[in-house]
Amino acid sequence: MADTILFYFFGGLAVLSAILVVTRRNAVHSAVFLVTALLATAGLFLQLRAEFLFIVQVILYVGGIMVLFIFVIMLVNLDVAMRQAQFNRAWYVWGLLAVAMGAQVYVVFHYARMQTSASFFNQAVAPVEQLEPNTQLVGQALFSTYMLPFEIASILLLVAMIGAVVMAKKRV
Amino acid sequence: MLDRLIEFFKPHVWPLVFAIVIVALVPLIAGYIVLLERKVMADMQARLGPMRVGPHGLLQPIADALKLLLKEDIIPDGADKWIFWLAPLLSVTAAMLAMSVIPFGPVFQIADLNVGILFLLGIGSMGIYGIVLGGWASNSHYSLLGALRSSAQLVSYETAAGMAIVSGLMFGGTLSTRALVQAQLDSHMWFFICAPIGFFLYLVASIAETNRAPFDLPEAESELVAGYMTEYSGFRWALYFLAEYTNMIVVASIATTLFLGGWLRPFPNAGWAGFFDYIPMLLMLLVAGYCVYRAPKQPVQIQKLVMYGVAGLCALLAIILALPVFGSAGSILAAMKPGVHGAFWFLAKVTLYLYVFLWLRFTVPRYRFDQLMSLGWHFLIPISIVNVLGVGIALYLHRSVEEGGKGWPLAASIILTILATLAVAAWLAKRNETKPALAEPEKF
Amino acid sequence: MISINHYLVLSLALFTIGVIGVVTRRNVIIILMSIELILNAVNINLVAFSRLYGSVNGQIFSIFIITDAAAEAAVGLGIIIAFFRNRETVLGDEMDLLKG
Repeated sequence: MADTILFYFFGGLAVLSAILVVTRRNAVHSAVFLVTALLATAGLFLQLRAEFLFIVQVILYVGGIMVLFIFVIMLVNLDVAMRQAQFNRAWYVWGLLAVAMGAQVYVVFHYARMQTSASFFNQAVAPVEQLEPNTQLVGQALFSTYMLPFEIASILLLVAMIGAVVMAKKRV
Repeated sequence: MLDRLIEFFKPHVWPLVFAIVIVALVPLIAGYIVLLERKVMADMQARLGPMRVGPHGLLQPIADALKLLLKEDIIPDGADKWIFWLAPLLSVTAAMLAMSVIPFGPVFQIADLNVGILFLLGIGSMGIYGIVLGGWASNSHYSLLGALRSSAQLVSYETAAGMAIVSGLMFGGTLSTRALVQAQLDSHMWFFICAPIGFFLYLVASIAETNRAPFDLPEAESELVAGYMTEYSGFRWALYFLAEYTNMIVVASIATTLFLGGWLRPFPNAGWAGFFDYIPMLLMLLVAGYCVYRAPKQPVQIQKLVMYGVAGLCALLAIILALPVFGSAGSILAAMKPGVHGAFWFLAKVTLYLYVFLWLRFTVPRYRFDQLMSLGWHFLIPISIVNVLGVGIALYLHRSVEEGGKGWPLAASIILTILATLAVAAWLAKRNETKPALAEPEKF
Repeated sequence: MISINHYLVLSLALFTIGVIGVVTRRNVIIILMSIELILNAVNINLVAFSRLYGSVNGQIFSIFIITDAAAEAAVGLGIIIAFFRNRETVLGDEMDLLKG
């Protein structure tokens, strides 16, 4: 029962915050609501018993990426942008298309559920007591099977760091 | 139905009690750390500090809190009201939340997360939002600059602090805070002996993390007034202040848990060190005796009474600390010993760590901002990387041959690590030092 | 009981809101934030399936997605800063230097 309450709480918070992210006029308000949405996602990870991912989400996404966003919003003077129209001229067309895409995907889920045997979608999830500690599992997998993507990810971060510094430097 | 509800809530009762105790006591303790700071500052400046409000200034924090609560609440014109309200809340919430995974005793812990130490790092990142949003919401250029400077400093030193923590974690082998203290009990030594470089790195990084001197440029009065806190007054400022001192307690608690043995007494497993068990109550009796001695010399009657009250309190604490030691072995009193004495030793270590903070504040001049950032990025991060590498190699060398190591004794491996890290630190210091420009001789 | 359907629908909802944000807003910074929402929706999906199958692969993939999101946000924001320094605007409609 606790799982149900937690899922609906974090899920509802995530969806509500996401709606507020895309509708605010003030970019800092959007950023604060995105922080809430990311924290709700982290809560969902915790509810799925993926505690290492929960903490990685908080440290990297909330503590790193969103701080970067807020820095940039404060360095860029958005007063002029705030007084302009916030949405595209034909926003209802594009919005409708996006909703249509979402509905299409939902229809795919629905038909998949109809056609696959019910046991797939009602599969018993491993009970919580039998789960191994999440951090150990992730650590072992990351350093044995997924060593190459790990190293490539670190090179990617190095390249991104250099690129961002070069792009944002002032030409003296 | 009712018993199902009771079953649902039963595991949450003790954590709730602990949480209420922490939320009630931590602001009080933070206030008294402010008083301690003023007294230590006064002592180092050859004066007395607050003496007037209570005996020896003991009621000063209460007077300060009352004043701040009763001040007028001013919001700057053009400030973003919603975020102006939210920012101090974020700081205080992050600081208080971090208290939830810290083991104050074998039982006194709100939540034992599997990823406790990482949780503390993550909450440290959350605290940055309080600063950045507070500076932005004040609608003032100087507040914004102070906030950006402060958060840039925090982000820079977070990496070094994290890697310093990792070097201590490698000896513990686990991320959970309770298990880390247990690991220090099992391996018969506090981890700062195993990872001294990590401990000192964390000491420096945590001073920068809490915006304390000598890294307090963003909030020093002679700089951008008070940085991000400038436009806040009254209770909102009190919340920021509380958040800063609670953060100090949190980083001291992290260092204590990870490096200084948490709630363990010195030499926890050794039988010959049993005399350490008598130290807490002797200390309390000493303080009570000193209060009774000084009481007749107070100028005012009410201060005499408060002194006697403090003496009584210390005597009561001495009795509480003495009961488990003198209770017969196996009784319920003796079972309480790790809990009660654990809290005392934990507080003692936190106070020692914070005393180093206060000592440094009044001894060392402030760093300029570019020196500060250069120290963080060019000096601390390379050293912390070398330290983590070295500790990894030391543990590999130490592991017995069956587990894939070489079986070297731990001390030899650790000494090698320390020497390697010190060599790198010396090289970096030489490389980073700026040579003063030679003065041109004046031509007559 | 919370089954995999719930997570699928939730992640779809977040994804759709993110896509609406990307195609509808003019402010480039908000577009970047909506992209982060999309990536998070995908992460929820991956972790839910990883729990369903009892395998850790989904969580590893999520870690890499978070890493990539960090890199992309950094570079994207660098581009925005550079562009703002030149043209004083962050609205996507006004970034039309290549238009004939």
